[in-house]
Amino acid sequence: MSATGASDVLLDVRGLKTYFDIEGQTAKAVDGVDLTIRENEVVGLVGESGCGKSVTALSILRLIPNPPGRIAGGEILWRGRDLLKASWPEMRSLRGREISMIFQEPMTALNPVFTVGFQLREAIVRHTKVPRREAERRAVEMLERVGIPDAGRRIGDYPHLFSGGMRQRVMIAMALALRPKLLIADEPTTALDVTIQAQILELMMDLRREAGTSILLITHDLAVIAETCSRVAVMYGGKIQEVADTRSLFREPLHPYTKGLLRSLPRPDLEKKARLETIPGIVPSILEVPRGCKFWTRCPEKQPICEQVEPDLLRVRPGRDCRCHLVKPAEEKP
Amino acid sequence: MTGPILDVRDLKVHFPVHAGVLLRKAGDVKAVDGVTFAVAEGETLGLVGESGCGKTTVGKAILKLVDITSGRVTFRRSDGAEVDLAALRPSAMRPLRSEIQMIYQDPYSSLNPRWTVGDTVAEPLTVHRPGMSAKERADKVAWLMEKVGLTGEQAHRYPHEFSGGQRQRVGIARALATSPRLVIADEPVSALDVSIRAQVLNLMQDLQQEFGLTYLFIAHDLSVVEHISHRIAVMYLGNLCEIGPARDVCREPLHPYTRALLSAVPLPDPDAARPGRVRLQGEVPSPLRKPSGCPFRTRCPKALPACAVSVPPLEEVRPGRFIACPVVRDELGPAAP
Repeated sequence: MSATGASDVLLDVRGLKTYFDIEGQTAKAVDGVDLTIRENEVVGLVGESGCGKSVTALSILRLIPNPPGRIAGGEILWRGRDLLKASWPEMRSLRGREISMIFQEPMTALNPVFTVGFQLREAIVRHTKVPRREAERRAVEMLERVGIPDAGRRIGDYPHLFSGGMRQRVMIAMALALRPKLLIADEPTTALDVTIQAQILELMMDLRREAGTSILLITHDLAVIAETCSRVAVMYGGKIQEVADTRSLFREPLHPYTKGLLRSLPRPDLEKKARLETIPGIVPSILEVPRGCKFWTRCPEKQPICEQVEPDLLRVRPGRDCRCHLVKPAEEKP
Repeated sequence: MTGPILDVRDLKVHFPVHAGVLLRKAGDVKAVDGVTFAVAEGETLGLVGESGCGKTTVGKAILKLVDITSGRVTFRRSDGAEVDLAALRPSAMRPLRSEIQMIYQDPYSSLNPRWTVGDTVAEPLTVHRPGMSAKERADKVAWLMEKVGLTGEQAHRYPHEFSGGQRQRVGIARALATSPRLVIADEPVSALDVSIRAQVLNLMQDLQQEFGLTYLFIAHDLSVVEHISHRIAVMYLGNLCEIGPARDVCREPLHPYTRALLSAVPLPDPDAARPGRVRLQGEVPSPLRKPSGCPFRTRCPKALPACAVSVPPLEEVRPGRFIACPVVRDELGPAAP
């Protein structure tokens, strides 16, 4: 297959459905997700727990455990090629070198019985075919690059001797060494303190600048999105609800869910001791997703139609998509 | 607001570390190393800092869930009597526990999965109000459930039937069962989703107004702490570095660590101007290898050789504003009259 369409599109996810069969029921964790990532772009995927954002990421790398999970439909086009049709050897060579992933808990991503240096070196040797000695040199260089003090010595240490922030740096060092086209970062800083978070986010942005790596940043933290991403997709109930460039999303959110999320943040300019605005109700379980719009049970603006018919993700204006009956494309307005 | 309900003076909590084959005492982790602050009745004091700074240990020490090495923790009881919790024997502490309660971070592990949530909420009543009849207790549980936005009927359900936000409401109902006056909330909203977090923060503020509660609100999320707190205390490696009114500390932080911490906090505004952003290098040192003198000096942009000599005390540099940094104190000069 050859690359088609807009040549700067790296990843084009179309109608992705990932279901889990649990105790005779089907949990539609991801239920028709469309998402594009272009070259040299930082895209945020934001949503609350259970919205399907992590499952989307794991599906892209085909890391969904089967059973109980299965990709039930859609396409994942990586530079025009459908990854859902790729063989396992193809996927293996793609992971790491073309698409890297870092996780929230970096302890689980590193093997505890091998030294950090061994794991870094192996990744470099496997994916870039350089001699071992060169790989070793590059591994030390990368650890220094991500700010591990005394890297030449620390490279012989096992992962448990590194703090959480250090381990996340090791994962980024690995990504730096392999210079992937796309880095998928799933809550990479959620387990870290704010000062360490700031360092890690800065390193990720350096990676983008230096290696031209695109980043898909998955997070629940809107402030992290505001600081790092150029574009944002908001997810709820297994579906993308809104896509916009970051500035427009924060200035003028369109979807009632996005509006609710932004209003529920404590803001410094808020009158002291004022109540926060909230989204009523609770995030529904993925086994009890309502019919119609996924958000109507909590939506302050809901209409009778919302309970019956699920709206489509419509292009409201260039670069802005929204899945809401109340938000109409600009040209349809009188 | 009257005088302080809680007055902590020079609190130290050291944990011995044992090493080697014979497990000889190898040193101390100075988790809390001389912390002084007071909380007024009806006030919310936010206690912030990064992991390992000792903020949770301060909360536990007040409840005597860890051994206090030295210092005083004076609590003013409802009858006005002042008691030093640090000097109390465990049996003498027991009646005080109904006046001081705790809300925990993780609503998943802090509820017993085999008990109905009603049982959980009723337990403190069974312990502290033995004279209550079963009927009175059930009524009180139903009333508490409604106070936290649940229904009395839900008291018969088990924790797994509740979402994270609802479980945290149960945890709050349990804490309020004995009508406490001081509530220590340790990261009460950090495990919750954004839309749910706002609901729980509002609930805590409503309950504070209704019952005149005093909160010690321990958290790492500065935007949440600024929102809910009247005053904020900032901790680093077992010591306090700054205390002041919440808005002042967040708008115009004075201590170099507070400045760095605040400038690391991402803002939910893509156009936010962040002049003079400070980026801290490296990580918090291990409390086993705590630097001499000011604990922050190894990462401080203003550190001078003198900072290594002794731990700087908290000093009032502006009305109501205390910092433990002689360098900034001298830069600021005397307060304008």
